[in-house]
Amino acid sequence: MARAAARGTGRLAWPITAIAVVAVAVLVLPLVALVVRAPWADLPTLLASSSVLEALVLSFTTAVLATAICLVLGVPLALLVAHAESWSAIPRRLLRAAVTVPLVLPPVVGGIALLVLLGRRGLIGQWLDELFGITIPFTTGAVVIAQVFVALPFLVFAVEGALRSSDRRTELAAATLGASRWQVFRHVTLPLVAPGVAAGGVLCFTRALGEFGATITFAGSLPGTTRTLPIASYLAMQTDPDEAVALALLLLAVSVLVLLTLRDRWLPGATA
Amino acid sequence: MTRSRRTTSTLGTAVLLAFALGGSLTACASSGTGDDGQNAPAATGPTTQNLDAAEVTVLAAASLTEAFDDLATQFEAANPGVEITVSYGGSGALATQIIEGAPADVFASAAEPPMQQVVDAGLATDPQVFATNTLELVVPAGNPAGVTGLADLSNADLRIALCDESVPCGAASAKLLANEGITAAPDTLESDVKAVLTKVSLGEVDAALVYRTDVLSAGDDIEGIEVPAAADVVNRYPIAAISGDATGAAEAQAAAAFVAFVAGDAGRATLDEHGFGAP
Repeated sequence: MARAAARGTGRLAWPITAIAVVAVAVLVLPLVALVVRAPWADLPTLLASSSVLEALVLSFTTAVLATAICLVLGVPLALLVAHAESWSAIPRRLLRAAVTVPLVLPPVVGGIALLVLLGRRGLIGQWLDELFGITIPFTTGAVVIAQVFVALPFLVFAVEGALRSSDRRTELAAATLGASRWQVFRHVTLPLVAPGVAAGGVLCFTRALGEFGATITFAGSLPGTTRTLPIASYLAMQTDPDEAVALALLLLAVSVLVLLTLRDRWLPGATA
Repeated sequence: MTRSRRTTSTLGTAVLLAFALGGSLTACASSGTGDDGQNAPAATGPTTQNLDAAEVTVLAAASLTEAFDDLATQFEAANPGVEITVSYGGSGALATQIIEGAPADVFASAAEPPMQQVVDAGLATDPQVFATNTLELVVPAGNPAGVTGLADLSNADLRIALCDESVPCGAASAKLLANEGITAAPDTLESDVKAVLTKVSLGEVDAALVYRTDVLSAGDDIEGIEVPAAADVVNRYPIAAISGDATGAAEAQAAAAFVAFVAGDAGRATLDEHGFGAP
């Protein structure tokens, strides 16, 4: 009987299955093409070139840094977003919109925005330049800032989803038993949302690794300093499509590998 | 008379997407332009033949942006019913798009090697060189860093932008700097010349090398400093009609007419205005 019930809920109407299969094809076929077209024979040579390794090291270092910054900034922001449920509609929606915007904004627009904020003639950038002699564009720091801008929402929503689905009464119980707010956060809330934090961190890392538009606009493109893997791949398209495909394949492999390490329930959507 | 024409700038994601999806983006960009030309008054101009209604997709080097916007408008005015859609980008990326099957009827490159790739792929024959261009040093308006010449490009204290060597303006820049024995200290190597120009107009870099035509088009935000040695490094711009499977007879005819128009006297006059040299 239990098996019959499982089958009843498990089977989808055929039009839905058919459309879903088309949807999977839309998502997967371009990537299949990439794998099919990859210059497998030349792959080791292409990927072992010093310019590729340089871009790979830069991409990894910046993405790790960006993820660390996202963790520090994102967990408190997620708590605030969850806390905002008790606010009135307008500030609550404004806060949610502010967190969502980088997700839906074309990254190039994000790059322009960062440039007019932190550029040498930017709102804040001109003061940094004048008072401290610091200019941010064209530095590795600019790459990290661009990555944080686009990746932070992934972390916030993963953690917020975990908060929503967790049983908050344990926090209440801890508070009743005399725990301070910090103790509640440290010993109850944080362990409660740890899977969400881990999932968010991984998503954040993959998003940072793939960041292109904001980076090339705000940070530029100099080998070893700001030319990350996606930018190297784009430039390779100009002269050597084989190299571009090889680089794209490398990025794809890393992303798939990272996502496969996640357990199902850590993926976005499954957490909410 | 108003005519709608979409110009799309080829940015990274668009290129990768177009590549992945078989280059359908350009087609999307040209659909939905409402004006079918029936209401357009008969315009006098460089019309040589009666063309059937056609939508012509032109892929052109970023440095041709202003000139080709003008040329497309003139050609459309002279040939009611013909709709020209120009998509601009780095010449090498455009060549790759065409070879990968992007729907293109005309290709105008900023140098001969990308065009040669397209010819080698059997997609174009007999490209015609229709313009030339040379490099110029540019600085933000007021020249805040006091740049005087090419030698300043080796100053590591200055913020310097150059084109990446994989695109024609970068290849020309590298050649010019090598000719002069200068080792540049760039802070960024951009993927097309317009991206370099933007960094200068925003004041984010102190100096850069762009085409002299870009200096003319950029207006008051920048200043050009002429470099005598640049006369020895000349970029030659070829144009050709693309023969793809998707090309209909009307499109092919209109594309050939557009190529002839750009390479002809009327085209020459407009290119002159924008600072391009004669072939």
